[in-house]
Amino acid sequence: MDVLLAHSPVLIIAIPLLGAFLTPLISRVSDKGRDVLVIATLVFVEFLVIILAVDIYLGGLHIYALGASSPLLARPEHHMAPVRIVLEVDAMSILMGFISATVSLAAAIYSVSFMRRDTGKDKFYTLLLLLTAGMMGLEFTGDMFNLFIFLEILSLSGAALASFRTGFVDALEGGFKYMFISAVASLMILFAVGIFYGQYNLLNIAALAQAIQYTTLDKIALALLIMAFIMKLAGVPLHMWAPDTYSVAPAGTTPMIYVASQACMYALFRVCFTLYGVTLNTLTIGWIVIGIGLLSMFVGVTMAVYQSDIKRLMAYHAVSQSGYMLLGVGVGLAVLSDSQALSTYGRQAMGGGIFHIINNAMYKGLLFLTAEALFYALGTRDLNKMGGIGGNMRYTCVFFMIGALAISGIPPFNGFASKLLIYESVYQFNPMLSVVAMMVSIMTLASFVKVFQSAFTGPISPHVRAVKEVPKPMLGGMGILAAIIVFFSLFPGLIMDQIVEPAVEALINQGTYMNGIMGGMS
Amino acid sequence: MTQCISNIPFLAVAALIGTGLSIIVFNRNLIKLVMGITVLEAGVNLFLVGLGYRQDGGVPIYTNACHTNMVLPVPQALTLTSIVIGVAITAFMLSMIMVIYRHTGHIDAKRSRTLKG
Amino acid sequence: MSKIVRTVSELLMAFVFTFGLYMIMHGHVTPGGGFQGGAVFASGMTLLVVAFGAEKVEKRLRASTLSVLESTGALAFIGLALGGVAVGFFYNFLVGSSVFGHIPAFGPNRGDMWTGGTIPLMNMAVGLKVIAGLSLIVFVMALAVGKGRSEQ
Repeated sequence: MDVLLAHSPVLIIAIPLLGAFLTPLISRVSDKGRDVLVIATLVFVEFLVIILAVDIYLGGLHIYALGASSPLLARPEHHMAPVRIVLEVDAMSILMGFISATVSLAAAIYSVSFMRRDTGKDKFYTLLLLLTAGMMGLEFTGDMFNLFIFLEILSLSGAALASFRTGFVDALEGGFKYMFISAVASLMILFAVGIFYGQYNLLNIAALAQAIQYTTLDKIALALLIMAFIMKLAGVPLHMWAPDTYSVAPAGTTPMIYVASQACMYALFRVCFTLYGVTLNTLTIGWIVIGIGLLSMFVGVTMAVYQSDIKRLMAYHAVSQSGYMLLGVGVGLAVLSDSQALSTYGRQAMGGGIFHIINNAMYKGLLFLTAEALFYALGTRDLNKMGGIGGNMRYTCVFFMIGALAISGIPPFNGFASKLLIYESVYQFNPMLSVVAMMVSIMTLASFVKVFQSAFTGPISPHVRAVKEVPKPMLGGMGILAAIIVFFSLFPGLIMDQIVEPAVEALINQGTYMNGIMGGMS
Repeated sequence: MTQCISNIPFLAVAALIGTGLSIIVFNRNLIKLVMGITVLEAGVNLFLVGLGYRQDGGVPIYTNACHTNMVLPVPQALTLTSIVIGVAITAFMLSMIMVIYRHTGHIDAKRSRTLKG
Repeated sequence: MSKIVRTVSELLMAFVFTFGLYMIMHGHVTPGGGFQGGAVFASGMTLLVVAFGAEKVEKRLRASTLSVLESTGALAFIGLALGGVAVGFFYNFLVGSSVFGHIPAFGPNRGDMWTGGTIPLMNMAVGLKVIAGLSLIVFVMALAVGKGRSEQ
């Protein structure tokens, strides 16, 4: 158990990779064996994430040096800087890791029956596991270059999954768009990594954070990094790929691609808070993040309201919800160097933003899955052709209601808890921001009322007469996420104190992250 | 003089990145977009390798270390990795374009159906 | 392709393949390595595909075989990395053992092949994966183009 715990940071990345390459071999022998292998891999990863999380909340961050004679030997003796590839997992990383592991597991269970009609499933599961490994790596890595590598793994597998159904042109175009945007974004990141290496001869985030001077070159690197991550997380001026990609990706993979873009948001926060920290002009950068957040919220929801394709609608809501997280954490960033404002409302805003990340991954994932369940049962994504399915698909209807109420911020659901935190704290920073956030929330509710009415209630449309409930594994996948939402809704205080607070602390406290690797060096 | 010479790679980097970006922005042909990405990538890779170059540096191979002054090996490792990734991306995008072409008979991003909202 | 191309590529093929394998095998002492050697080897495959046509090559070497080889290469790589997990992931557990276990001499020397521990083995695993992967890409693309042409 101790051995497992000590090696868990790397095993969480290596096990999905191992599973990914075993999948094509096993599926030559038996399809059932492959499904079992994939689920078992992800269950094991989830287990590792949980034991690692418990240990991190109890005993602080974990580091893992690859190839060293001891995993803890990040900086060998007589070396001024770490020379190996280092993984560093703190409370924020493990929070994201938990989200990725859970959503991947739900997606895989869901896909087992969803993909029954498709061919080439060995490749599908390989890509699914690769995407999991990419997300985990992006969240756990301790150096800038591996951030780039894992971002590329994530982008390639995400794009391949989005365009998995090569029979549809729109799937291919959605995937192509995603790949194209990702390729440009990751080249920008690579260029920024080059700038860092040229100046400091360092790649490790902790070591760089210690050395960084905020020169003109660093400002250029920061601009490149922010632009690249905004592209990847579909922040508004650069969101054009999101609706196309999310709406075509098959089944369970949509939430995974969405969580992958949240992992990029994590990378943005890590760069802003941990790499640059107080050296940068936090007020300006904070306002930039807030501005992008506001734009995303507003444009996303206004575009969503008039969509009639259910997955496109959900995709625009996904863009809009990302805005809340950027807003919350952006306010925290803006007041990072002002310790009084930080303690009165900055922390709370960040807590709200981070709580929203985890809430949102769960209910947005659930909503994407219910949308796909409707598509599976009806064969159409057009809301105008649905109607009165509520009676035939009771469970899906209940799951959809849970997700929709949570995303609209109706008490007592978890969406309400995180949104309330954001409203309250942002109001103290700037009242206007809070007003916009509330308006967006009302429009979100309006849009989901529309979906609920046109899909589940009303006169039974002729298309849906013979519709049956979706198979059990799909319900199981949705059930996992719904159960987590209900749990979070019942105990928001517990989640806030035990999971979100340490994550906020991890972001604000740059020193802890640096000491994890540079330990003792001034 | 040596200062001027050592800046030449970076001028080439600027030229390559500028070319790549202009191809990406002004072209609508999918194949040309991929070419733009490749040129951009060449620029970034050259930037990385250029960073590691040291005047009169030796080859960073341990067994023949006759120079005390060696070219930095890390940027070369980074470049190699990014080349490998670049190959994967290019192959993937080109194969997607092939399938798109087979479905639609054109490779013009302007005539794409899905470019809505 | 014409007879000249086929004859020349038949002759060249052996050299290209040998050079590719050499680069993979010697990756830990000289410039080269798994990816580079694999790419050279795969360029030899491309030569074959161009000269003789993908259908003909496909009869000798099935795409599914390549797919299996690719997965095997990747698994071998991760397996080697996991092999050291008793100490640390990617730990070079073969140094000092009887497999590639010599410790290289310090300073200028002629280079010892039997060094590097897991690194030459990883080079081979990567080489296998790259050979299979790149050849597969070329194959599949060439086959798809051929299919498209026959449909028209």
